[in-house]
This record gives sequence, structure tokens and C-alpha cells, in this order.
Amino acid sequence: MEKVVLYRRKLISKVMLFLSFIAAIYGLFWLFWILGTLFLSGFKHLTLSLFIEDPGPPGIEEGGLRHAFIGHAIITFIASVIGVPIGIFSGIYYSEYGRDSKFFKVLRNITDVMVSTPSIIMGAVMYALLVVPFKHFNALAGCLALAMLMVPVISKTTEEMLKLVPFTLREAAYALGAFKWQLIKDVVLRSAKIGILTGVLLGMARISGETAPLLFTAFNNHYLSFDVFKPMASLTVTIFDYAMSPYEFWHNQAWAASFCLALFVLILSIFAKTLVHSNFGWVKIFKRKKGQRN
Amino acid sequence: MEDKKVEIEVKNLNFYYGKDLALKNISMKVYHNKVTALIGPSGCGKTTFLRCLNRMHDLYVGNRYEGEIIFEGKNILDKNIDLIELRSKIGMVFQKPTPFPMSIFDNVAYGLKLKEIKGSELKDRVEAALKDAALWDEVKDRLKESAFSLSGGQQQRLCIARAIAVEPKVLLFDEPTSALDPISTAKIEDLIVELKKKITIVIVTHNMQQAARTSDYTAFMYLGELIEVGPTEKIFTNPDKKLTEDYITGRFG
Repeated sequence: MEKVVLYRRKLISKVMLFLSFIAAIYGLFWLFWILGTLFLSGFKHLTLSLFIEDPGPPGIEEGGLRHAFIGHAIITFIASVIGVPIGIFSGIYYSEYGRDSKFFKVLRNITDVMVSTPSIIMGAVMYALLVVPFKHFNALAGCLALAMLMVPVISKTTEEMLKLVPFTLREAAYALGAFKWQLIKDVVLRSAKIGILTGVLLGMARISGETAPLLFTAFNNHYLSFDVFKPMASLTVTIFDYAMSPYEFWHNQAWAASFCLALFVLILSIFAKTLVHSNFGWVKIFKRKKGQRN
Repeated sequence: MEDKKVEIEVKNLNFYYGKDLALKNISMKVYHNKVTALIGPSGCGKTTFLRCLNRMHDLYVGNRYEGEIIFEGKNILDKNIDLIELRSKIGMVFQKPTPFPMSIFDNVAYGLKLKEIKGSELKDRVEAALKDAALWDEVKDRLKESAFSLSGGQQQRLCIARAIAVEPKVLLFDEPTSALDPISTAKIEDLIVELKKKITIVIVTHNMQQAARTSDYTAFMYLGELIEVGPTEKIFTNPDKKLTEDYITGRFG
């Protein structure tokens, strides 16, 4: 009897393990297919002119996507400049000041929901607020849409990371006569800085792949532009446009740009994850090389 | 005992966590430059009591004090008391070492820097504090290294150095050795005995021998009440209350 039970438990365990294995394989299969296709179709079209030349006229097989790379960098940069401080400070507020307040509990839940807001909604909101009144598309509206997408991600990670800092550390600083902001700045943020940096990188990874919020805001531009009050090209929207175009040459450039973008996001994510999984310790690793203890 | 200078006088102290009464009508005196040990079974309120003495409970919502704690002629439970000033006079060392994520030097200098002490005075006072905490010889060549590179016992002595650097009148120890090995524990105990020349000390401990070894006065608490307080020797050899004797001799706890 006992043997039957044991056998059955063993069997169930094996079946469940097999099912999880299949599920994991299923997920990985598509992921690698996508990455593989991107690599195969994108890598061979990477040329120097892709990065240093602006696009030629439609149908002519010359030019590059310099305008989109630069536009994308500008938009991501401005979005980060706006989004990162708001995200970090709101995270600090949730964790350090608003812990016991009911109002902030509600606000925190809204932030949780916002983490998974469809990005096109943010684009539509910014369209209504910043495009319609000015009667033309502008890059700044796109930057703000992306910044708003970034804020909840960074805010959430910052809050979680600050909550991991043991409370006794704060008490120790209080016991020395520190004011609240002094101890947050000197002790809490310092303890959590790697985690916060991770959140910032993940936030940037999230927004750098977005297309929808830019479609209604920054729109697109066939020329290199530095004016944030005018439409500006971005990689994602350009990929979308080029993929829809009838020209083989543009298709290939869209593949190459997709490959670059995917690589960028991948590197950013891997870097962010390594920071966390090195047990907050690349600083530690670095120090060990200098021949210290621990 | 009556001719000793009183550092802190606690009068009819009640303390509430929200609605729960955690300390019941506690009255006792803490004497100047003596070590007072608080003993009692887990949950008896000794840490709660300790944290009243520098108003640590104020960091959390819903806590309430009643009664008086007189320090330097003022009731520190008064609403107008400047907590920043109070806490720089009544320091605290915690159960687990709490080094800040900065260098050994900066850890000790932290409280001093808050008071805007700079330059050579800062250096001298950090050195003095590390010497007083019996850590100087071990760290003098590595002051710039991270505080996390120290062992647990060294970290705890670093925290003591950090606390005494701001020259508090009183230092509160909340089970300072419960996370340490016997050798580190012995070092901290020696240090406590040494420190009382300059500072009044209140220590919470689970370790009865530690109370006997380090303290001049011992207070026994049970279920939020102060059962008995007196010279350590008397509490350990000839307590007035049956309950105290039962606890000391290990009949419960």
C-alpha cells in the first residue's frame, strides 16, 4: 500500500516537472525564434551608412537612418531626464513618508496599475493634452508620454528597494540625531543605490521599445531634426513606417534598425539584471580585486 | 544608593502601542555613570522601555506615552522636546550591527558631520571614539575601507564608536551581543564596563550572566511591569520578590 502511494507521488512529481518543462520550452522557442529572425534578417543589413546618412528619397536605394537614431536618442534622453527624478522621488515618498497614510496606499495602488497601462493610452492622453492645442505633432509630447510610462516602473522599483533597507539602519541614524532627509540621503539611498539604478535601466529599456505613444505625438520625420516642438523621427515609428512601405531596401533597413533596438534593450536588461544578481555587489566584486576582505 | 547622582528619573510611565498597554506604571531611577541592566523574559517590555528613553517610538504612528521621564531637569515626554537634540544626548546601539554603507571613518564621523564638525577636530574625535571603542588598533590602517569589510563584532564596536563620538550623556544598548560570538561578546562587555567612566549606560539583555558581569543596577521586568530594581548584587543574591528569584534561578523564562 505504502509503495503504491510512494509510486503515485513520484509519478505526479515527474508529470508536473515535465509539464513545466514543456511550458518553459514553449516560451523560449518563440523568444529565440524572434531573436533569431531579427539576427538573421537584421545583422546582414547593418552598414555604416545606416548610422551616418539620412534617408534618401523613397524608392532610391541609398541613405540611412541617422535621423531616426538621433531622434530616438533625443526622445529617450529627454523622457529619462523628466521621468527618472519623478520616479525616484515618488518612490522615496511612498517608502519613507507615505507608508502609513491611507491616501498614499490608494495612490500606490494606482501606480501599480499604471505599471501595466497600455502605452497607447498614454500616447492618446498626450495627444489630447499637448498635440491638439498646438495643432501639430511635436517631439516633446512624445517625451512626456514616455516619461509618464517610465515613472511607475522606476517609482515601484525604488520603493521596493528602499523597503529592503533594514529599519534599524534608519533608527541608527535617528539615534545619532539625523533629520529625516539627511538619513534618507546619506543612509537609505546609499544602501539602495544599485537597486534604484536597476529600476532606472529597466524603465529606460521599457520606453526605448515603445511605438504607440510616439505615433500620435512625436509622429515621424523624414529629415534630421533637433527641434522638440516639431515632429521628430524615432527608430520605432520609422521601423513601423518602413515595414509598411513597398520598398525592399526600406524593409531591410527596418530589419537592421529592429536588430539594433533589440540589442540595445537586451544589453540594458542584462546589465540591470546582473547588477541585482551580483547581490548588489559589483562594488563588492570590484573591491575584492583590490585585495580586501569579504 | 541614595547619594548617587540621578541621570534619568522615570515616573509612572505608561506606554501604549496603539490601544495595547505595553508598559504599566513604571517608576525607576537611572544613576549617573553607572550601568543599569534591564532583564526579563521575552515580551516583558524591556526593549519597549529602553526605546522610550530616546523616544524611538515616535518614528511609528499610533504610539503614546503617559507619565514623565526627567532628564536634565526636563520631561522628555513633553511635546516641545527637540527630538534631534535629545537623541544626540541619549544614543543607542542596536541588537544587530548597523554600519552605514560608507567607509569606517565616515561611519564614525556621521554624527559629528551632522553637527557640522570638520577638519582636524573631526579627525581627532573620530580617532578618540575609535580608541574608546577599543577598535582603533584594528582599523587605523584601513579607515577608508567599507564598514562592511569588518567582522560582526568589529561592526558592533564600530557602531559603539559612532554612538560615543557625538559624546552622549547616556547610551542605550538593546541586546548588543545577541548576534555575536563569545569572544566578540566578551570584548563588548569589557567595553561597556570601561565606557561607564564617561557615560551612563542602560542595557537590555537576555543573558543573565551578562547583566551580572556588567551592571551596577538591575531592573527585572515582567509582563510590562517593573517587578524589582536594585543593586545588581542584591537582585542576583537576595531579591525581595519571589518572581525575581524564580526568574534569576531559571525556574521560568
